[in-house]
Amino acid sequence: MSDAALGSAPQGIDTIQSSYMAQVQRRRLYGGLTLLIFVILMASGFNIADDRNAGGFWDGLHQIGDYPAEVLTEAWEKRADLPALILKYVPALVETVNIAAVSTLIGGMGGLVLSLLGTRGLAKWPRLIPLFRRISDIMRAVPEIVIALMLIFVLGGGPVPAMIAIAIHTAGALGKMFSEVAENADLKPVEGLASTGATWSQRMVLGVLPQVAPNYISYALLRFEINIRASAILGFVGAGGLGYELRNAMAWGPGRFDEAGAIFILLFGTIVFFDQVSSRYRNRLTEGQGQ
Amino acid sequence: MTTADLTLTKQEADTLFRRKRLMAFGIPGVVTLYLAYIFFAFDLPGLAQRANLDNAITLASDSWSHKVHVTRDNRSGDITYAVEGERKGTYPDGQRPAWVSGDEVITIALGGEHVVRYLPDNRTEIEIPGLPLIDVQAEGRKLTSNLPQDLPDWISASSRRISITTPEGRITLTGARTEVFNYFPGWELFWFTLDSPYHGQSLGTILFGDRIDPARGNIPGAVSDWWNNAMWRHKDVVWAIGETILMAFLGTMGAALIALPLAFLAAKRFSPIMLLRAATRRLFDFVRGVDALIWTVVLARAFGPGPLTGALAILITDTGTFGKIFSEALENVDQKQIEGVSSTGAKPLQRYRFGVIPQVVPVLLAQILYFLESNTRSATIIGAITGGGIGLMLTQAIQTQKDWEEVAYYIMLIIAMVMFMDWVSGWLRGKMIGRKD
Repeated sequence: MSDAALGSAPQGIDTIQSSYMAQVQRRRLYGGLTLLIFVILMASGFNIADDRNAGGFWDGLHQIGDYPAEVLTEAWEKRADLPALILKYVPALVETVNIAAVSTLIGGMGGLVLSLLGTRGLAKWPRLIPLFRRISDIMRAVPEIVIALMLIFVLGGGPVPAMIAIAIHTAGALGKMFSEVAENADLKPVEGLASTGATWSQRMVLGVLPQVAPNYISYALLRFEINIRASAILGFVGAGGLGYELRNAMAWGPGRFDEAGAIFILLFGTIVFFDQVSSRYRNRLTEGQGQ
Repeated sequence: MTTADLTLTKQEADTLFRRKRLMAFGIPGVVTLYLAYIFFAFDLPGLAQRANLDNAITLASDSWSHKVHVTRDNRSGDITYAVEGERKGTYPDGQRPAWVSGDEVITIALGGEHVVRYLPDNRTEIEIPGLPLIDVQAEGRKLTSNLPQDLPDWISASSRRISITTPEGRITLTGARTEVFNYFPGWELFWFTLDSPYHGQSLGTILFGDRIDPARGNIPGAVSDWWNNAMWRHKDVVWAIGETILMAFLGTMGAALIALPLAFLAAKRFSPIMLLRAATRRLFDFVRGVDALIWTVVLARAFGPGPLTGALAILITDTGTFGKIFSEALENVDQKQIEGVSSTGAKPLQRYRFGVIPQVVPVLLAQILYFLESNTRSATIIGAITGGGIGLMLTQAIQTQKDWEEVAYYIMLIIAMVMFMDWVSGWLRGKMIGRKD
C-alpha cells in the first residue's frame, strides 16, 4: 500500500459516507413523497366515492351483516326445502359452468392462433406481428359485459351471448400470456421440422406445442376459474345461468330468500371446488416441468 | 444389451406410442363431442329464430349515424324538428333544418328524390321514385290511403299505422301523428347542442373569431357549453370514467394494504401457530369463493348503489386473492437476508421491514399493478350491477335501445380507458421494479 493511498483514505471514507447519507436522505424524501401522494390519493378517493355513493360508508357499515343474516335465517328456517331447491338450480349451474368451459375452450384456441401469429420467430407472416398483437390487445381490453349486452340485444337472452363475450375476452387475454410463453420456446425443433419440409402448421403443432403445452394448459385452467366467475356475473345482466336465477330470486325479496340462499351456496361451492381442482392440477403441471 | 432388454424396451415404446395415438385422437374427439353437446344444450339451432337481425341492422347503422325527426302532431298541427327525437335536441322556435321548406305546405326533401309533403288538414303526400304518389289522410285514429293491396316488404300498412322504410329515411304515419326520420352520418350535436350559440361555428371562428356570445369569452364559453352538453353529457361521462377508475384504484390498493399483514399470518415461515395459519387461509378462500358478484349484491344492500360499493366489493374479493399470492411469495423468501438483518440486532419488526419486504416487494408490486388494470374492467362490470361509473351509463344506454351512437361512444371510451390503465400499470411497473427485457 502506498503513502498516497493511506493519505487519501480518511477523506475518501468521508466523501463516501456523506454521499451515502445524502443518497439515503434523498431516497427517504422520495419514498416519503410517494407515500404522501399515495395516502392523499387514497383518502380523497375514499371521500369522493363516499360522497357519490347513495348511502354513506359509516352509516352502512353496521348494516353489512343485515342482508346476509336475513337470507341465512330465512334459508335456515326453511332448511328442509334446501336440498330440493339446490337440485332445482343444478341445471342453471350446469349452464354457468358450460358457458365458462366452452368459452375457455374456444377462447383458448383463438388465443393459441393469435399467440403463434404474434410471436417473433414463430409467426407465419412476420410483418403482421404488430397487427395480431393489437388485435389481441383490443380483444383483451373489451370488458365482457360490453359484448354480452350488445349480443343480448341482437340474439336475445340466453347462454350464447355470454359465451361469445367471454370467449372473445379469453382469446385476447390468453393470446398475450401464450405468446409470452412461446417467446421462450426452443426454436431448434422448429428448424429441424422446417428442414424436412414441414408446413407452418405442422411446425407449430409438432415443434412448438409439445414444449409449451404444460404452461398453456395451466394458463387455460386459470382462465377457466376466472371465466366461471365472469359467467355468473354476466348471468346477472341477463345472459342465463345461475346469475340470472340469482337476480330473479333477489327481485322477489323476502319470502324467496331461501332460493337466493340456495343459489349462494351453489355458486360458492362451485367456485371453491373448481379453484381447488384447477390449482391442484396446475401445481402438478408446473412441478412436472422442473423434472 | 440382451434380446430380453430389447423386447422390453420395444414393448414400452409400443405402449407409449399407443397412448400417444389414443391421446392424439381422443382429445380432439372429446372436444368435438363436448361441442356437439353444447350445440344442442345452448339451443344453437333455435338461435336463428330468436336472433333479431333488424336489431343488428339498427345497431350497426345507428352507431355511426344520427336521425332528425320531423314530427307533425295531427291534433294541434304543430310541427317539431328534433335530433334523435329528443327534447334536448329540439330545434329552437323559428329554426329548422335546411332540407325542410314551405309554410302552408311543409316539404321535406329526404334526398334521392324522396319527398314528403305535410299538407293542411292532416294530409300527407309521399313521393318515392318508382312508385305512384302516395296520399294519406289522417282522421281521428284512422288512416285512409291510396296504397295498393300488394306492397313491397319495406312498406307495411294497416288502417291504423303506415310505415315506410327507404334507404333515404323512414316515414311513420298514425292517426295521432306523422313522423319522418331523415338519416345523416356522424354524431350530431357531439360538440354543442342547438341552443348553444357555438353550434355550427367552425373551430377557427371559436378560437380566433369575434366574440359570439357577448356575455362570455369564446373559449371559456365554448368549453363550458361542450362540458354541459345535454345530449352527450360529457361532464357525466368524465365523472363516470373517473368513478370506474376510482373503484379499481381504491379496491386494489385497499385490498393490498389489508392483505399484506394478513399474508404474514398465513405464511408458514412467519406464523408458527398452525390454527391461526389455517384460519387465515380459510378466510382468504372464503372471501375469494363468495365472489365479487355476491359481495356486490350484499354490499349494495348496506351502502346503496354507487362507486363506494363497487370499490368495497373489489376490495373484499381481492383481499382473498392477494392474501393467497402474497403468502405464497412470503414463503419463498430467502432466509439468509433475514438472518443477516437479525445479526445486526434488529427487532422483529425491523427484520420484516429490512429482511423480508425488500425481497417480496417486486412480486407484490407486479401483482398489484396487474390487478389494477384487470380491476378496471371488473369495475365496469360491477358498476353495471351496482349502479356506478361508466358501466351504468353503458347499460342504461343499451337498455333504452335507441341511443346506439352513445353506446358506440361509451364502448370506445371504455376500451380506451382499459388500454390507458394497461399502459399506466406497465409504465409504473417499469419505473418501480425495472423492465423484464
